[in-house]
Amino acid sequence: MEFGLSNEQQLLESSLRRFLEGELSIERLRKVAGIGTGFDAALWEGLVGQGIVGFLVPEHFGGTGLALLDAAVVAESLGYHVTPLPFLASVVMAPLTLMSFGSEAQQAEWLPKIASGEVKMSMAFVDGAGQTGCNSAWLKGNMLSGHLTGVLDAGAASHVLVLLTDGRAALVDAHDTGVTVDVHASIDRTRPISSYAFSGAKAIILDAAADAHEAATRVIDAGRLVLAADTLGAAQFMFDRALDYSKERVQFDRAIGSFQAVKHTIADLATMLEPCRALVWYAAYAQDALPEEARIMALHAKAHVSEVGREVARLTTELHGGMGFTDLLGLHYWFKRIAFDRQILGAPEYCRREAAKVQGWLVA
Amino acid sequence: MDLSYGPRYLALREEVRDFIKQYGDQSPRTGGGRKRPDKRALDWQRLLLQRGYFARTIPKEYGGFGLPLDVMELAIIADEFSTAGVSAGIMNQGISMLVPTLLEVGSREQCAKWIGPTIRGEVIWCQGYSEPGSGSDLAAVKTHAYVDDGRFVINGQKIWTSSAHFADMMFLLCRTDADKGKHGGLSYLLIPMSAEGIEVRPLITMTGRAEFNETFLTNVRVPIDQTVMQRGDGWHVANVTSKYERLLLGDPNKLAHRLARVIELMRRTSLIGVPTIEIPEYRDRLLKLQGEVLASKFHGLRLLSEQSRDEESGVRRLIVKLNGTMIAYRLSSLAVDVLGAAGLSYEPKGEALEDDEATTWQIDNMYDIGLIIGGGSSNIQKNIIGERGLGLPREPTANTKSAQKV
Ligand SMILES: Cc1cc2nc3c(=O)[nH]c(=O)nc-3n(C[C@H](O)[C@H](O)[C@H](O)COP(=O)(O)OP(=O)(O)OC[C@H]3O[C@@H](n4cnc5c(N)ncnc54)[C@H](O)[C@@H]3O)c2cc1C
Repeated sequence: MEFGLSNEQQLLESSLRRFLEGELSIERLRKVAGIGTGFDAALWEGLVGQGIVGFLVPEHFGGTGLALLDAAVVAESLGYHVTPLPFLASVVMAPLTLMSFGSEAQQAEWLPKIASGEVKMSMAFVDGAGQTGCNSAWLKGNMLSGHLTGVLDAGAASHVLVLLTDGRAALVDAHDTGVTVDVHASIDRTRPISSYAFSGAKAIILDAAADAHEAATRVIDAGRLVLAADTLGAAQFMFDRALDYSKERVQFDRAIGSFQAVKHTIADLATMLEPCRALVWYAAYAQDALPEEARIMALHAKAHVSEVGREVARLTTELHGGMGFTDLLGLHYWFKRIAFDRQILGAPEYCRREAAKVQGWLVA
Repeated sequence: MDLSYGPRYLALREEVRDFIKQYGDQSPRTGGGRKRPDKRALDWQRLLLQRGYFARTIPKEYGGFGLPLDVMELAIIADEFSTAGVSAGIMNQGISMLVPTLLEVGSREQCAKWIGPTIRGEVIWCQGYSEPGSGSDLAAVKTHAYVDDGRFVINGQKIWTSSAHFADMMFLLCRTDADKGKHGGLSYLLIPMSAEGIEVRPLITMTGRAEFNETFLTNVRVPIDQTVMQRGDGWHVANVTSKYERLLLGDPNKLAHRLARVIELMRRTSLIGVPTIEIPEYRDRLLKLQGEVLASKFHGLRLLSEQSRDEESGVRRLIVKLNGTMIAYRLSSLAVDVLGAAGLSYEPKGEALEDDEATTWQIDNMYDIGLIIGGGSSNIQKNIIGERGLGLPREPTANTKSAQKV
């Protein structure tokens, strides 16, 4: 038994971290945040170069055929650096959707394009992902109409993938004349939250899923898992900064970390945060290898890490005193990233409710 | 990540399962250390020792099974016993704290003399650390000993001594040199509770029962060779013991077991006709705790892997007591809450009523507070996590005037 990351995963992690550390200075981050598309072309090229964009795509379709545990490792690093990239939808959820909803020919057409970074996909759901608005979308022949809010990674997307309630998925060119995209800045300036209006947009219909409901659930759960990992990374960053700061910042002639109130807060944060990593790893591994546990683990990972993330975000900001509240340090980017991750694809209460259903603790 | 076990481990798992199937009904109800083990517990213990399911890695010459340390094997054995709800053997301060301390720093003679009878459950120990004026600040102990005619003569008072009322021996921390500074003047002695001059008075706890004691020592005489390591090394030895004490507390496997009991309870109990597990407010609390227990459980697996690779776990290990004792408390609190008014029923004196569900949960819930305090309180754990685990500066006074129980 070996509970932990493999050598390859550790290598993947360290090379990605090195890359991001080199590329993504706070000035660069501010610039991208200002643009508000959640996309930086040079960074994207870098990810393509690292082989990450196609890493869930099977090898015979031009990817590396890696697993969700690898995606979790990458997501943690991306979260650590609040990386503004459409990772969740385009790199994780879209290929998974194509792999279960697309025919062999559709996969052969689209997966290599995803793997090469040539197309970038956003993902939209009519329901099942903890939406609070009223979404609807329908097909007439192969024309898609409807209105969908809360859409992920639409800022620089060339295509959008819509999971419909009838168990099919529709692939639409984002620049089709029947598509209107409204990209709103979200609280997290590294990721916009968009809405789509479709009026008879030309759709490619993907209807090859053996069990469409199960396939959709799997795609969304994979997204939840990646969000949990992203939150973990962002929270770890905030923790590391607060720990450093409390060793450096002197008040009353002492480093503030020598004050018990500060020390104990930090100890509490470490105690909350450390076990999250093992939970995320296990939940990711369950997606790959333990189908009967995959669902409940993804739900718990999303819910629990979101709760811990919020505490970490608040307390580490507080530990920085007034500096934490300013824009100067940029710490707020991480705070907002954690807030975004929490709400998207189902907030903790929603995920726990789903977890209750899975265990038969909820009538109807 | 490879969560499969190799053939050797699978074979061990099968072997343990067969053993439990064949002999499990001979197990005592608990392996707990709150009472002296009865004949049933001692017989069961002997069987476990013979099979190597207890004291597996303790050398044969000291009464153990003599196998090399393999943390996976130990985890599999513990897991099978706990899943089957069968006692994994006697647990008390002698077995979990003194035996590993002697193996680490005791002399050959001490190991040969004490380990065998201790792991067989024949000799019961108590821990004589805390004093009325010295709890968290353990190095401040005042109980002292001087040498007279080749023996230590001990005087002083200990408090909160668990099991002292039925223990045979005590491992005691006392001051043997007043002029060697706070930490340098301490010694760690092994003393018989039957010695003249020892008086044990029960101390009633908030559970309503006498779970620990006050222990008074008046001119208690013990041979000098009952010292572990040398005179003056007591602080070091005490820290070794505390390390094993901490490892014991907050065990994630116990949390998983307790969670299962709470789930089962919530399926059975109801409020206005609805099972409490279906009531959103209670259900969400349960689910939150389930998330915490899962995180702790996998964190435990991660530590286990690190240990089997001989890697340092640092702060990851230090957080276990703080985290685990708190989750345990929140689980028993939920159980008490869902029992509603029925959960208030409490009869601590009648032994038979230990079977009563409400009483059991109430006692667990209160005892959990004891575990949050004992073995280094949560605040002290936080100091340890901050200072040793994360390199934060120490309390300015801690370097000079006081030292914490670590
Ligand atoms: C169930 C139980 C069983 C026990 N069994 C034994 C036993 O068998 N043998 C034995 O020797 N002892 C035993 N103890 C005693 C136990 O080790 C002490 O109670 C514990 O170390 C705390 O010491 P104290 O009670 O003196 O509290 P104090 O040290 O007086 O602490 C009181 C409060 O102040 C806080 N505090 C103290 N110092 C600091 C600091 N530096 N920073 C921040 N906060 C601080 C503590 O966290 C606590 O909240 C047992 C205790 C319990 C509850």
